[in-house]
Amino acid sequence: MSEILVLVEHVDGEVKKVTLELLTLARSLGTPAAVWAGPGYGEPAKARLAEYGAEKVYLADSAEIVDYVVGPKAELLATLVAEKSPAAVLIAATPEGKEIAGRLAIKTDSGVITDAVGLSEGFVADQSIFGGGVNVKSRVTKGTPIIAVRPNSTAPEAAPGAAAEEQVTVTLSDAAKAAKVVERVKQEKGARPELTEAAIVVSGGRGVGSAENFAIIEKLADSLGAAVGASRAATDAGWYPHQFQVGQTGKTVSPQLYIAAGISGAIQHRAGMQTAKTIVAINKDPEAPIFELADFGVVGDLFQVVPQLTEEIEKRK
Amino acid sequence: MDPMNIVVCVKQVPDTATERKLRSDDNTLDRDAADGVVNELDEYAVEEALRLKEAHGGEVTVLTMGPDKAADTIRKALAMGADKAVHLVDDALHGSDALSTSYAMAQTLKKIGFDLVILGSESTDARTGVLAAMLAERLGVAQLTLANKVEVEGSAVTIQRVTDYGYDKVQGSLPAVISVVEKINEPRYPSFKGIMAAKKKPVQKLGAAEAELAADQIGLGAAWSEVTEAAAAPPRAAGTVVKDEGDGGVKTADFLSSKKFI
Ligand SMILES: Cc1cc2nc3c(=O)[nH]c(=O)nc-3n(C[C@H](O)[C@H](O)[C@H](O)COP(=O)(O)OP(=O)(O)OC[C@H]3O[C@@H](n4cnc5c(N)ncnc54)[C@H](O)[C@@H]3O)c2cc1C
Ligand SMILES: Cc1cc2nc3c(=O)[nH]c(=O)nc-3n(C[C@H](O)[C@H](O)[C@H](O)COP(=O)(O)OP(=O)(O)OC[C@H]3O[C@@H](n4cnc5c(N)ncnc54)[C@H](O)[C@@H]3O)c2cc1C
Repeated sequence: MSEILVLVEHVDGEVKKVTLELLTLARSLGTPAAVWAGPGYGEPAKARLAEYGAEKVYLADSAEIVDYVVGPKAELLATLVAEKSPAAVLIAATPEGKEIAGRLAIKTDSGVITDAVGLSEGFVADQSIFGGGVNVKSRVTKGTPIIAVRPNSTAPEAAPGAAAEEQVTVTLSDAAKAAKVVERVKQEKGARPELTEAAIVVSGGRGVGSAENFAIIEKLADSLGAAVGASRAATDAGWYPHQFQVGQTGKTVSPQLYIAAGISGAIQHRAGMQTAKTIVAINKDPEAPIFELADFGVVGDLFQVVPQLTEEIEKRK
Repeated sequence: MDPMNIVVCVKQVPDTATERKLRSDDNTLDRDAADGVVNELDEYAVEEALRLKEAHGGEVTVLTMGPDKAADTIRKALAMGADKAVHLVDDALHGSDALSTSYAMAQTLKKIGFDLVILGSESTDARTGVLAAMLAERLGVAQLTLANKVEVEGSAVTIQRVTDYGYDKVQGSLPAVISVVEKINEPRYPSFKGIMAAKKKPVQKLGAAEAELAADQIGLGAAWSEVTEAAAAPPRAAGTVVKDEGDGGVKTADFLSSKKFI
């Protein structure tokens, strides 16, 4: 079977969950080959990639690859596409992943599909568009299919692969080095999982009422090992940092479970969470549109319901 | 540094508040089904362009690719304070995918010239979020994207690029392509004076031939990808909604247990 390239997402030498999802997806359509860009590759990473079925690992682990905005990664992938003629390239549909996919598409004269939520025979992609209102199937018709897949689209499944390493060297062009990263600023993140990757997301909206009150949302999230999200009303009010905004102009999440507390469910909010597998809503207004989406809803005061739920979860653990 | 020639890319999109559809004949966006509005993020792009012009001098040109009715979107950007506009409009462009769109826009940008191109980071209709990166690739200039802060000093441009962990400080030099995220600024409302002035500002219409676009690179026929099927998403199965009688939290926990989340 032909090779499918999977660009590895990694932090501090650890492979991110979305990559395991992409390897799983690649395995159903061909032979997965992981592409590691940047420093940090070691035994833990190799073991992880092998566990999830990478037959090959193409290694470009020089620091230079991550010193510039996306250009080098696109160049690395373009080199591999030319040398290995893979059947497709899979990249996580994060903002950066999509940018890499876009530049790679131009370099290889190939079509690109963004935000795929599923992938089947012939690299036909499923996309959920217009805030989840329409489902489409699309495919690349020219070049090598380049597909940006949304995190949480597939459940990762282990199946051993050889993870045979092959060093790749790219000589970066000047164009790839035009935007230099001069400093990385890490803002406090805490121990919670990343919003777009999390299996469970607990979000608070205007109903939460204040920054201090977000503590009850965080407690519920922590009881479930979840990430915290917020509606735009909450981030605009300054109650929760902007990077946690879920929705059309915020992050798109597709978790197994999404809990919305004090969120009305405006279409722009739904655009960022509608593909969640299970949705729970807590809202005091029985007419709130969020209930149309909810698998389970409680009409009630979140200040009563949420703490009780947290307590109950702690009890049952 | 000379005054800057800033081009801001503004897209007309169907209003998210209305029902959006694809056309049943060719699965492209149905632009007649919904009101067209300025892509919200592009208002932030226009605002940033105006602020840079106010600080450094120069000129702001709006670039829109879209059908005739996209002229409304151009007017709004002009009313905010942009100086002039280029409207890339041709039936041959219908159905262009991201590759074709970036090709058409890059060709036009080469033709009209630029020091800085500013885009929104994502449109609300297609949401591919690839266009700024594609333009940087096609134009061979610095990609300074996902910015929540932009500073220009001489020919050096520094941005804060939003990341999962915070931000990266990124540097490049002019000419460059920038994309902005929401919260970089607060877009101004057009004033009455601005709206009146906009009516007299020059809008240059360019067809595919005038922009020197190769026919085999644009439109539905040239697209690198195709939509093969489209259907309204099946409505979610109606869920259970209970009223809190003092046990709402417990009942929610029961539901979560039944789904094995606890
Ligand atoms: C172009 C555009 C882009 C946008 N992008 C986004 C986006 O990315 N993300 C986003 O979220 N929004 C976005 N919005 C804004 C969106 O339209 C809504 O305004 C926003 O989602 C509302 O947030 P909310 O649900 O928290 O607030 P509201 O709509 O005010 O709802 C608050 C809810 O809390 C309930 N409530 C109040 N008190 C309690 C209580 N004690 N207990 C239980 N329930 C309570 C109320 O009944 C109400 O239903 C966008 C808007 C536009 C125009
Ligand atoms: C639902 C849907 C899904 C799609 N999926 C794909 C896909 O997977 N692959 C693909 O190749 N194409 C896809 N397309 C087609 C693609 O959206 C168009 O080619 C589009 O013009 C460019 O993509 P965008 O709007 O998503 O750009 P984005 O990259 O999301 O937009 C970023 C910015 O680019 C600027 N911009 C974008 N378009 C214009 C314009 N016409 N005029 C001026 N400025 C503009 C704006 O500043 C905007 O904020 C899709 C279209 C739809 C409707």
